[in-house]
Amino acid sequence: MEFVKPGTKIDFLGIRRSAFLLSGLLIGASIISVIFHGGLNYGIDFAGGTLVQVKFSEPTQVETIKKNLASIGLDRSLVQRFGERGENEYLIRVEKSVSDLEGLSGQIEGALQEAYGKYGVEIRRTEMVGPKVGKDLRKKGILAIVYALLGILIYISWRFKSFIYAVGAIVALAHDVMITVGAFSIANKEFTLPIVAAILTIIGYSLNDTIVVYDRIRENRRKMRRDPLAKVMNSSINETLGRTLLTSLTTLIVVVILLIFGGGVIHDFAFALMIGILAGTYSSIFVASPIILTWQERK
Amino acid sequence: MRRNLKWKLLLILFITIVALIYLAPSVVGEMSGFLGKILPQDKIHLGLDLQGGMHLVLEVEAQKAVESYVERMKGDLKEDLKRKRIYVPRIERINGDQISLEILGEKEKFDEFINNNFPIFKEISAEGEGKYQNIVLGIETKQADYLKRYAVEQALETIRNRVDQFGVTEPDISPQGSDRILIQLPGIKDPQRALRLIGRTALLEFRLVDDERSLQEALKGNVPKGDIILYQRRQEPETGRVNKVPFLLKEKTLMTGEVLKDAQVRFGDFNQPYVALEFDPRGAKMFDRITAKNVRKRLAIILDSNVYSAPVIQERISGGRAQITGTFDLKDAHDLAIVLRAGALPAPVKILENRSVGPSLGRDLIDKGLKSIIIGGILVVLFMVVYYKISGAIADLALILNLILIMGALAGLRATLTLPGIAGIILTIGMAVDANVLIFERIREELRLGKPPRAAIDGGYSKAFLTIIDANVTTLIAAVVLFQFGTGPVKGFAVTLSIGIVASLFTALFVSRVIFDVLLTKGIIRRVNI
Repeated sequence: MEFVKPGTKIDFLGIRRSAFLLSGLLIGASIISVIFHGGLNYGIDFAGGTLVQVKFSEPTQVETIKKNLASIGLDRSLVQRFGERGENEYLIRVEKSVSDLEGLSGQIEGALQEAYGKYGVEIRRTEMVGPKVGKDLRKKGILAIVYALLGILIYISWRFKSFIYAVGAIVALAHDVMITVGAFSIANKEFTLPIVAAILTIIGYSLNDTIVVYDRIRENRRKMRRDPLAKVMNSSINETLGRTLLTSLTTLIVVVILLIFGGGVIHDFAFALMIGILAGTYSSIFVASPIILTWQERK
Repeated sequence: MRRNLKWKLLLILFITIVALIYLAPSVVGEMSGFLGKILPQDKIHLGLDLQGGMHLVLEVEAQKAVESYVERMKGDLKEDLKRKRIYVPRIERINGDQISLEILGEKEKFDEFINNNFPIFKEISAEGEGKYQNIVLGIETKQADYLKRYAVEQALETIRNRVDQFGVTEPDISPQGSDRILIQLPGIKDPQRALRLIGRTALLEFRLVDDERSLQEALKGNVPKGDIILYQRRQEPETGRVNKVPFLLKEKTLMTGEVLKDAQVRFGDFNQPYVALEFDPRGAKMFDRITAKNVRKRLAIILDSNVYSAPVIQERISGGRAQITGTFDLKDAHDLAIVLRAGALPAPVKILENRSVGPSLGRDLIDKGLKSIIIGGILVVLFMVVYYKISGAIADLALILNLILIMGALAGLRATLTLPGIAGIILTIGMAVDANVLIFERIREELRLGKPPRAAIDGGYSKAFLTIIDANVTTLIAAVVLFQFGTGPVKGFAVTLSIGIVASLFTALFVSRVIFDVLLTKGIIRRVNI
């Protein structure tokens, strides 16, 4: 079985202006969404606050839960259904973080037990992150992404003996990260620690794709000395196209499985990976190499 | 060539067996008898998010330890100055860790006295002419730093003690940065209770109740000099409401929990639990003196500024024993005895981060994670066979070995498997296939050029080699950065991803190659079915 027949010759570089336009539109939409939402929607990992995951034995409503939290003055906290409808699980998020011993989660537990009975509620998870820790984690998260990019920049510059290729790869990565972050912002999903992990994985993954193409370009330039760069790039992308699509497909299979079966916490993580893999596959074909060509032509 | 192949096969077999041995305890449970003694018994260690438990980051308010030290020094200074006949009309602690005082007399004499007896203090300012001088003393930075470091060490030790006595299996309590303590308690069922046990300062104090002056006046705001108001929290058993009862106490602390030797839960006449205290010899002597001097007065027992009880001293008590009674249940009494035995924290702690996961949630997550791995794995395996036929099956074999290696390595390296870690394994399934895809596509290209099977396989592997290395090293860079940056769950993801990358390099570049070679050499396949 073959997805891409040998000898396929799609002129990817010929349509690069349209591709750039599409990428530009997606990135533009991402930026506008982030601005529109007033920055990223940080989860408590980065913003600080308290989160309680509660499972009720009987079905209940978001409004009822909020009403029952009124006795401790938390009726304005964010209450969301979590997971499947039949599971009766809810997330309660409060922006405040309290560093004394009783804490907010204790109060929430008490108020809910009063309303639903001692065995009517089960506190499955509580998280409290103080503002100081949140700020630390935010800084660390950004640093991690910057360090990862730096390390990759150095490695590619060394392996391909060319700074331009490293820049091309980084542009492709930035493209993927921005689109993933944008998709998160548009879906109004929370930015948490596991999502930073997902983004770093996307960086590694997308790079994987890009390097396979670059590798082929490096090889083909030796073989096709007389041909213009555009032609070398085109045949390199075409030759690796089968592999690019296949690998993306197998990885997507598992990611989609995670998205469906992984449950609450993993769901968003898988969503980020899915967007990132799609963007990464696209960028390794339509961005990473064409951007080098455009750069070379300008000079 | 054939000899070489035999050794390669043996190597693969050896590594597989080692991985299986490490993996076995996690799958079939611990082995007993002879095998159990010689084989590793470590199960794959589950992170707090999977097995349930509590992750705490506390900050020791070390500055408070400096302040209470300065407070104690103030008392000593006052006494010593009196003995030296230096008249001090006013002495007080200001700005947390400074002492402001007024002296009457020669400044030189005072300076000499401070230099000789209290070298930890240095003069910050001195004002005033003639007889009266206003002086502010500050504590040396070096001494303050030492006190802070000591407070954090002491807090760590005390918390360790409390957790040990509480009975948690495999707790992890370690310092983080200069003033933080990281506490991981797997399998804790009542996180609130654990938190109260760990986080309370547990400063036990004995003070006299001031019955000579009016509590009513004091509550109106006229607290007499040398007195303070503290409250007793009484919970009504029926309604659960908490009442606060005020007490007017002497400010001077007669004794603290430092002189405690032991604390045990005992039961009173109506099966009401109380905590029996036993003092060390020094404490017993102090208690003897205090009770002898204050018969018929009330002695308040105070824990963390809460009055527990204030019994009347009926007679002199010389046995070195006392008891704390109050409206608490057995659990409270038990925890109270633990914190008293383990001693007070040298400074209060603040909770910076608190994550607790109930055990049922963890089980759910494991079930869902395993289900995802199995379904995802089967789909990918099937897909490879459909797409690459026999070669796909070879890649599948390598993939299964890859999974065994990752699990074995997790158990062998005593790494922690977290929820994102499971996600990392699933991701590795998808990406491990990639290396084989790269090779197979190359082999197809070589075959199209009309090369014979063995040459095509040789060419495919050697041409794909560098690409695979480059692609995996870059992913590894991201994984290593992730490990450096990550806490708990994220770190677990980095670990499985890194192990997965190394394992997939081995299985794709080496194992699947050897299988091809064996099949071709033995003549089981004559052409590459790809």
